[in-house]
Amino acid sequence: MQIVQQILFVLLAAAAVILFARKVREIRRNIKLGKDTRINDNPSARWRNVLLLAFGQKKMFKRMTPAILHFFVYAGFVIINIEILEIILDGIFGTHRLFAPYLGGLYNVLIGCFEILAALVLISCAIFLVRRNVLKLKRLNQGELDGWPKTDANAILATEIILMGLLLTMNAADYNLQQIGSHHYYNTGSSFWVSGLLAPLFSGMSETSLVVLERSCWWLHIAGIFAFLNYLPYSKHLHIVLAFPNAYFAKLVPQGKMENMKDIQNEVLYMMEPDKAPADAASAEPHRFGAKEVTDLSWKNLMDAYSCTECGRCTAVCPANITGKKLSPRKIMMDTRDRVEEMGRNIDKNKEFVDDGKSLLHDYITTEELRACTTCNACVEACPVSIDPLSIILQLRRNLVMEESNAPQEWNMMFGNIENNMAPWKFSPDDRDKWAQELAEG
Amino acid sequence: MHIKTMAEFMAEGAQPEVLFWVGCAGSFDQRAQRITKAFAQILDKVGVSFAILGKEEMCTGDPARRSGNEFLFQMMAYNNIQLLNGYGIKKIVTACPHCFNIFKNEYPALGGEYDVIHHTTFINQLIAEGRIVMKEGGAFKGKKITYHDSCYLGRANNIYEAPRAVLEAMDVELVEMKRCKTNGLCCGAGGAQMFKEDEPGNKRINIERTEEALATGATVIAANCPFCTTMLMDGVKNKEQEEQVQVLDIAEMVARSL
Repeated sequence: MQIVQQILFVLLAAAAVILFARKVREIRRNIKLGKDTRINDNPSARWRNVLLLAFGQKKMFKRMTPAILHFFVYAGFVIINIEILEIILDGIFGTHRLFAPYLGGLYNVLIGCFEILAALVLISCAIFLVRRNVLKLKRLNQGELDGWPKTDANAILATEIILMGLLLTMNAADYNLQQIGSHHYYNTGSSFWVSGLLAPLFSGMSETSLVVLERSCWWLHIAGIFAFLNYLPYSKHLHIVLAFPNAYFAKLVPQGKMENMKDIQNEVLYMMEPDKAPADAASAEPHRFGAKEVTDLSWKNLMDAYSCTECGRCTAVCPANITGKKLSPRKIMMDTRDRVEEMGRNIDKNKEFVDDGKSLLHDYITTEELRACTTCNACVEACPVSIDPLSIILQLRRNLVMEESNAPQEWNMMFGNIENNMAPWKFSPDDRDKWAQELAEG
Repeated sequence: MHIKTMAEFMAEGAQPEVLFWVGCAGSFDQRAQRITKAFAQILDKVGVSFAILGKEEMCTGDPARRSGNEFLFQMMAYNNIQLLNGYGIKKIVTACPHCFNIFKNEYPALGGEYDVIHHTTFINQLIAEGRIVMKEGGAFKGKKITYHDSCYLGRANNIYEAPRAVLEAMDVELVEMKRCKTNGLCCGAGGAQMFKEDEPGNKRINIERTEEALATGATVIAANCPFCTTMLMDGVKNKEQEEQVQVLDIAEMVARSL
């Protein structure tokens, strides 16, 4: 009987890992649909960001309540994983609490700590559910979250509550089994700091029922973990993985610095100084200015999209969104991910991308949204996982203006004024130093 | 007071300590001209040798670049860099955070490398060096003042303390808005919004920001950017508070405290 359980477990674990690895490869391929850019300068500053922003969650602490609750869930997730390792090894070898004999008293303390963390995770997730569904916090209930994104968020929270519940119930059953001296159940003393409180609920049960309960919880818990692992790539929850590389590849230059377009710089240079133009400059392949499609963005832009947790801190601080404009930086990121995933499915189906008559610009992100941006960098500053929505907005704006000549009339006038009068307003360049003359005249 | 141009310095075979890059708003906008004049007066009074480019100055291309017109930006940048490098400019001070940002962060890649400083940082340095000495019991001593962080000085370039230090040197009572420093709310002008109507929404951004500034009970809203100044002044007028509340650039406040 035991060997059947072991075989089943190994098969389940293998299936979970293989499926997950396949999905990871797919996401990697999708991210690489973006343009290649090298981001490898200054590794020490980059590792610092990984430590501070990802491990330390520095930016989360701008908002204390969610920061503390999130920290419990994060710490719980990372630390309880040590126990998952034991659970997996137990599953493979058919053992029970494999580490216990080796760690002795320390094991009991660890189990106690895991239980406290599990309880904190459970409580935090419950509060998160209340914030989303009862208190209805604005940033967690805005339009772009309608439908799947809200379901996704609630599903993750509910799953975590169930998983932690299973873990604690399992321990409570285990505790009772230890009390009655059941064979196979290793005596861990009184280390069940939380489930010990639940144990009396099951104290009247027979040994067989307790074993069934304990085994059921054990199986459901680990099967739940494997299911969760495979749900991750489809979910906003993928940030638990990508927050780390995304922090590493975060922009290190001042936020105000816009990316230069070397090709246009050269075009202007060759126009002004024709002798500097290389012989083949004119025959250079025509290409697209700015971004119309996710493939015009950089791979970092696309990794940003996959890292987004849809928490809405960006949108909550966006001056355009606050004042009722259509722009929402979070939606920019969600649209980018939706589109890159759509392209990925297209490639899976047709071996290579077959034009579907759609593009990120217009079909997902509208002109009205793009034109509302004040480039204030509040969204970039707010993001806890180093996402740069402004980078995407500005690349799409370049496409609108340079490829489609799609600018509001006032902007076209401003362009004309800069070109002809060297100022965005219609003033004569001769009047530029009028203030100085006025000052001279007193 | 005569303000010399770079051409005049060149003719004399001299170099000023610093080039004062006035910017388009500072040159043409009537409200911003007052900021320009105030800053020029400060420089003149404390004896900083400075020049302007006068009629030769051109838009840096910031609104063109932010709205998506990279061609126009590159044209402007090329011409400006030719001009600045031609004069051998080393150090630039400007009262416009947008010009500051583009010189500091974006011109270097195009061959325009200068030591660029925003006027509030420059004033703060002059105070620290003892070159600017404020009047005892100056015009703003003890007055309740709130400071609006511009996006292009604040988040874009992480300059939050120098402007506040200047205000402190004037012995003001600084009251912060709820959204300040890294969390500061935009005035609504950036990203070339200054040059177009708002997209459809339920409020103007400058009104949202002005309401927050007025809620502090400050009698002066201190700014560091000609565009913010315009936006906030419009907001104060919209709220019919222009009798009680002034919107002033830090340079104007310093000029009145000398």
